[in-house]
Amino acid sequence: MDDLLADFLTETGESLADLDLALVRLERTPDDAETLSLIFRHVHTVKGTCGFLGLARLEGVAHAAEHVLVRLRDRQLAVTPSVVSAVLAAIDRIKAIVSGIAATGSEPAGDDAPVIAALAAAAEGRAPAAPRPASAEPAEAAPPAEPAAGEPAATTQTIRVAVDVLEDLMTLVGELVLTRNQLLQLVRGQGESALSVPLQRLSQITSDLQEGVMKTRMQPIGGAWNKLPRLVRDLAHELDKKIDLVMHGAETELDRQVLELIKDPLTHMVRNAADHGLEAAAERRAAGKPESGRITLRAFHEGGHVVIQIEDDGRGLPVDKIRTKALARGLASEAELAAMAEAQVLRFIFRPGFSTAAEVTAVSGRGVGMDVVKTNIERIGGTIDLDNHPGHGSGFSIKIPLTLAIASALIVQAGDERFAIPQLAVVELVHAGSGAEASSDARIDHIEGTPVLRLRERLMPLVSLRRLLDMDATEAPPAAHYVVVVQVGTARLGIIVDAVFDTEEIVVKPVAPVLRHVTMFSGNTILGDGSVIMILDPNGIARASGLVGAEVRPGERRETAALLPAAQRRTALLLFRAGGDGKLAVPLNLVARIEHIPAERIEMSGGRPVTQYRGRLMPLVPLTGAVDTERAEQAVLVFADTEQSLGRDRCMGLVVDEILDVADEVLRVELSGARPGLLGSAVIAGRATDVIDTAHWLREAHGDWFAAATGQGPRVLLVDDSEFFRGLLLPVLVAAGFDAIGAAGAAEALRLRDAGHRIDAIVSDIAMPEMDGIALVRRLREGGAWAHLPVIALSARAGAEEVEAGRQAGFTDYVAKSDRDALLASLRQCLSHATA
Amino acid sequence: MSLDVLDRPISALAGAGADGDAEQMLVTLLLASQLCGIPVLAVRDVLGEQTIARIPLAPAEVAGSLNLRGRIVTAIDLRRRLRLPPAPEGTRRMSVVTEQGGELYALLVDQVSEVMTLRAAAFEPVPPTLPAEWAAHSAGIYRLDGRLLVVLDVARLLALGGAG
Repeated sequence: MDDLLADFLTETGESLADLDLALVRLERTPDDAETLSLIFRHVHTVKGTCGFLGLARLEGVAHAAEHVLVRLRDRQLAVTPSVVSAVLAAIDRIKAIVSGIAATGSEPAGDDAPVIAALAAAAEGRAPAAPRPASAEPAEAAPPAEPAAGEPAATTQTIRVAVDVLEDLMTLVGELVLTRNQLLQLVRGQGESALSVPLQRLSQITSDLQEGVMKTRMQPIGGAWNKLPRLVRDLAHELDKKIDLVMHGAETELDRQVLELIKDPLTHMVRNAADHGLEAAAERRAAGKPESGRITLRAFHEGGHVVIQIEDDGRGLPVDKIRTKALARGLASEAELAAMAEAQVLRFIFRPGFSTAAEVTAVSGRGVGMDVVKTNIERIGGTIDLDNHPGHGSGFSIKIPLTLAIASALIVQAGDERFAIPQLAVVELVHAGSGAEASSDARIDHIEGTPVLRLRERLMPLVSLRRLLDMDATEAPPAAHYVVVVQVGTARLGIIVDAVFDTEEIVVKPVAPVLRHVTMFSGNTILGDGSVIMILDPNGIARASGLVGAEVRPGERRETAALLPAAQRRTALLLFRAGGDGKLAVPLNLVARIEHIPAERIEMSGGRPVTQYRGRLMPLVPLTGAVDTERAEQAVLVFADTEQSLGRDRCMGLVVDEILDVADEVLRVELSGARPGLLGSAVIAGRATDVIDTAHWLREAHGDWFAAATGQGPRVLLVDDSEFFRGLLLPVLVAAGFDAIGAAGAAEALRLRDAGHRIDAIVSDIAMPEMDGIALVRRLREGGAWAHLPVIALSARAGAEEVEAGRQAGFTDYVAKSDRDALLASLRQCLSHATA
Repeated sequence: MSLDVLDRPISALAGAGADGDAEQMLVTLLLASQLCGIPVLAVRDVLGEQTIARIPLAPAEVAGSLNLRGRIVTAIDLRRRLRLPPAPEGTRRMSVVTEQGGELYALLVDQVSEVMTLRAAAFEPVPPTLPAEWAAHSAGIYRLDGRLLVVLDVARLLALGGAG
């Protein structure tokens, strides 16, 4: 039986029970207009719904009964026992048919003519033509035999509970969890006690209960989305546009009540995107975009929130029009507007009555717009942000708190305060030392005051919680630190804390509105000992410390990977000096380690400087041409290529004068190539900086660094619009033994295919102008020589939804752009599958 | 809900000239020896000294948060809110709990004293001579025998940084 029918049966069952009572009441008090209108409503609803479901018998009976009720309501007919009997007979018949449906899933056969005739007679004020019981019973005799067995099944499947009851239950469970935590805390201090076992049981039951109660209120957001495909289809038809609706994370659950409240705003925003956002096919073609516009809906959990994103790849919001309109409406003066950042101007669309549509269409632009959306979302404690990429599209991001979520969290301390970090985000805990005595596995180095963590041969950005939260940082930093490694999107980040306690189940409570602007916190909670602590938001921390460029706060130019040309992404760069005053830069993710090697440990071998490093010789390549023997210590950037699978384990040290800083920049490299060893120059931290060509220096150290690749090894095509990234990745691929070639875009890749080039695998960027990676892989899969090649997507963002979208488009795998090792591993795996 | 409560005294007082016997009940409190009042209906609780957890990065007026029978209450230091000098060391400060938009706030004051019933006839709008910080956060004043009572406007007190 389909869901719709099941819902109908539940609802109708309840209405029918009410109807019996109401009709009897009406018979006793014929003037009770309220009861009469209640009866009328119920019957009317039944009639309407079964008409919709194509239940002809039910509709016929209900229609006839409704006719009588209309006359009763309009006082054209007096309430007499015979009229009530006729309606009751109709209700009985409806019940019989409904239970028939419950048993078999479809309307049982039967003749309703006598019932309908009796109703018609009653409507005209005549006495029923035939005695009611006599007419009803024989006709009913056939169907009821079957339904009698099916009836209980229809009534016990679901029950309706007032939301208030669930809300109260939820509050009580929240209190129970906190009390349980307090008990656990008390018993923990006492060692083994008689209470331990029952308390453990209580704890378990509390957790189960909590989960159960949470479930009663949670529904997948897909429920609010399931009407959208149809809506979009109709809109596309109406507006004569081609629109694809892509939905990710439909299974993301959120509170039922919240779900109801966001349904309308969501529908409105999708409508807006279709009407205003997306261009007509001809306009899209002219702009070099695929004819079909795309609206993407995403939902996911983030800390104590549910984030819902609505994006389109249309023309973007017209900033100039908004400015003009704001001026025309007197919302701001010309001078004020001139001083406003674009993001501020865009927020005018949330003002009441603000619509930029030149003409009011049937679809949107009726003045009830984004202001209502914003009000509705704020009413449930949510926020809405927008970002805009003129020509590429626009997106809205709604963040709604889960009214009451219970999560596992790690409790840490910084300064005198304790904080909770959601356990979901925590990857590992590291006890890291600094200075000489530290173990080599994990240690903290400072580069110009910026701490970085060396963990298992990789450098990881670090932030100090104390410094981040503006807490007293004057105290000398201790020699050893606890570092909580958290995962933010595809990036990892170490948070330095002073102490680490337990993990604890916490009830996430939203922060007070006066604190909402502090994005570092996602909520607060009460611990087992009764103290109130703040819950840290790893995303907020990453954004605040500027370490994760791809995850910039929505609203302040969030750089949605799907919309952003590669040239705007941020790259972490290590800045250093080597000969002269000019700064040099190298992408941080290429550098395995930074070492300071004492002069006496630098030896000469075969006329070239080397050092003993980790039990073997590491060639040193001075960037300046010669090692400055006067220095007591040499700063060395270590590049390592450890590939056990290929039996390779070698490294190279690039000798520089001084390590300066780590910068996070949008890298735009002006390629020069005039000087060997330099890729080109870029403006970093406001100064022209040369970016070194890593491949060149690797070759300097090991003439055969790339030798393994020449002519042999699988042939890999790297498609990326950024010349810099190609320059960066091609050497890595070559170094790993692949015969790698590059293409500057999807079009060039397709040209190579059509020219008959033989390729074993493709690695493609997702965000590219003109034709993106998704479109490219779709084209490839359509047919041709490369239709079955492994294609690996490379993207700055690799959330579960993106990965799924990529796979659906035909990508074999999906790898984060910064993760070199993952890319190589994936390539090997894909190729071994392809050849096997 | 609390907003209605807060609005009520003011509107009731607007009509005071007509019937003349409207009354207002206020919880009185002391802030740097100034007598103040908060409409009694806006007060949910009066607390003695509490353990208050500091919140990093919060506005200066936010003293921190505290646990009131399982609910998290944001504590607002009224001395700081009204730009008054900090309380002397070791003062045991009390707080008045009020609700706005479903959130609880504890207003930290020096001392909470009795509940007074005052006749609307003695109510006056905020005099222009009142210091700006006070004027911005009060609904008016009452002339009592020999001293003045400033009626605090809770909604405006809680409108921190435009967020409230």
